[in-house]
Amino acid sequence: MKPGKAIVIGASSGIGRELVRQLADQGWTIAAAARREDRLREVAAEFPDRVRTYAHDVLDTEAIPALFQKMCHDLGGLDLFVYSSGAMIEVGPSEFSFSKDLPMIEVNVTGAVAWLNEAATRFQSAQHGSIVGIGSVAGDRGRRGQPVYNASKAFLHAYLEALRNRLWRSGVTVVTIKPGPTDTEMTATNRMTRTMPVGVAVQRIMRVLDRQGEHYLSLPHRLIFAVVKRLPGAIFRRLKM
Amino acid sequence: MSELLPSDRVERLSGFGMNRFSDGYVFRPATVAQVREALEVAKASGRRITLRGAGRSYGDAAIGDESLVLDFTRMNRVLAWDPVSGILEVQPGATIETLWRTVLEDGYWPPVVSGTMFPTVAGALAMNIHGKNNFREGVFGEHVTELEVLFPQGETRILTPNDELFHSVVGSFGSLGITLRAKLQMKRVPSGDLRVLPVSAPDLDAHFRAFERYREDADYMVSWVDAFPKGARLGRGLFHAAWYTQVDSGAHATLKLEHQDLPDSILGFFPKNQVWKILRRFNSRLGMSFINGAKFRASKLLGDGRPHYQSLVEFSFLLDYVPGWQKAYRHGFAQFQGFVPEKTAPDAFRRILESAQAADWVPNLAVMKRHRADPFLLSHGLDGYSLALDFRLVLGREREFEILMHRLAEHVATAGGRFYPAKDSSLSREEYVRGVGQEALDKLRALRGTFDPSGLLTSGLIDRIA
Repeated sequence: MKPGKAIVIGASSGIGRELVRQLADQGWTIAAAARREDRLREVAAEFPDRVRTYAHDVLDTEAIPALFQKMCHDLGGLDLFVYSSGAMIEVGPSEFSFSKDLPMIEVNVTGAVAWLNEAATRFQSAQHGSIVGIGSVAGDRGRRGQPVYNASKAFLHAYLEALRNRLWRSGVTVVTIKPGPTDTEMTATNRMTRTMPVGVAVQRIMRVLDRQGEHYLSLPHRLIFAVVKRLPGAIFRRLKM
Repeated sequence: MSELLPSDRVERLSGFGMNRFSDGYVFRPATVAQVREALEVAKASGRRITLRGAGRSYGDAAIGDESLVLDFTRMNRVLAWDPVSGILEVQPGATIETLWRTVLEDGYWPPVVSGTMFPTVAGALAMNIHGKNNFREGVFGEHVTELEVLFPQGETRILTPNDELFHSVVGSFGSLGITLRAKLQMKRVPSGDLRVLPVSAPDLDAHFRAFERYREDADYMVSWVDAFPKGARLGRGLFHAAWYTQVDSGAHATLKLEHQDLPDSILGFFPKNQVWKILRRFNSRLGMSFINGAKFRASKLLGDGRPHYQSLVEFSFLLDYVPGWQKAYRHGFAQFQGFVPEKTAPDAFRRILESAQAADWVPNLAVMKRHRADPFLLSHGLDGYSLALDFRLVLGREREFEILMHRLAEHVATAGGRFYPAKDSSLSREEYVRGVGQEALDKLRALRGTFDPSGLLTSGLIDRIA
């Protein structure tokens, strides 16, 4: 996508943080928001002319319309909106904990809807722009390990698909990224193996910023999940996935 | 920033050349009260205001990033018409088409029109447009008898040509005030037809000779230039002079609107709404070289020296023959127009054409006109010539194109020339000042300090060159 003006929500760590770096490196101007502003500033310090920072907690949904408009104003327009905030809290194999589940729903679902609705309204009216949502391969099935995390990402996938179906007539692209395990803080706590370096993951995201549709970040993932998605429930529940 | 603006007012806008894009919150007032309301909305939401008419300026004159865009196309009515005095009073969004359709059957014609009939009166005043009779009639602003202007702080003033401020506001590309109403002096014409004389020009110098030969008595003059050939044939083309004229059939019939309406098809066959799709196929270096060459040869063979009659509309609004022609450019186009004094023009135009050819960026269309000076603060007119070039933009060659534009600007500035904001999309402030003069720009800034101290009025163009 031709460098322009972008908003990245959830830019203080992981994919969001790396995306801000790579976007700035390619000449984009970015409004970056996250809860931890001190860490945001570290990224902004690398590209002082290109990155503006905004302290924001996605749970503060009432602040979103005004903040969104301010960011667009400061940027002088908007071409790309990325929702990269995400929470994954590990639960035990037989644990059901609402106090662990709620923050995941709030960040991955409530915050996403609050922000993406703003972006969708504007892009629909301007008939221009691209929306990128960071989903997960985890959202492709309800797996026993992380019920609510899986469900929250499945929600995001369906929601983004619906946005895509609404907005393509207005010339707006909606992109769903489905990363597998990526080498970020999110995965560091639960000792995932065979993770993809975040730099590589984001390089691949950069290629599809305005490519309508759902995107896995590696060919093996695309093939594996094409099968996984189609496995009958009776078989799937017996697997160690 | 305080008050939120409705997101569904956001529109992505561009100029006619589709070479610069910008998002703005668009308001379309239908009354003066709604204009004032929008002013208040802008102040309450901490936004600046961009004024927009028909969006027919080629570059960034009617767009402003994240600004509140006041689009005047709904305020398009005629307020009064007096066929005895020829004074026409209109709202700011009335188009040039509205002007001629209102007055022609009474034997009048707008004294200055652009190559298209779609610009609004307020836009024409903001840019102080000229036509093919600039050497005789000057600019649009010279035919205004009265103007009502709303200044950003809320004050309204009636300006006439006797006010010094009048000559600063007109032509200030919407950076000083908002036109609410204008009274225009229309020109009496003996018929609705012109006698048109084409003269084939084998090289660049032939154009200048033709312009000087017909300058004393022609009513309109324009030259089309084929920018492709090099060397001895550099600048070959076709010159046209035209005269208001009595017609044998009687003026009455030619003044009828149906006599004036442009044909529905091109060459009697292609439906005109579809022609841009055909043009698009030819819109390559080879295709355009062929079209320009064919036009030159055909005109030399068939038209040279043979006068014919053309309706005022046919002659004036050449750009309206093919509706949507700008879409023949896939990635937009940009225009460059330099105004150069009579003495230095031949050399400057040669350099301009050669630089474009050397950069492998030959303009699809090149047009020459004769001009004269005018009494406005930011005038682009001078006693000399202009050369206007249409460039097809190419994806991935943006930087290269910028370099070429600055090289062409250098040729114009070195020759003591000036630039025209309505056409421009790439001048730097320094380049603009070399044309218009530091004194003029300083005066504009002082006036803006007085009438718009908070800098409410903006646009891509204003931010770039003022």
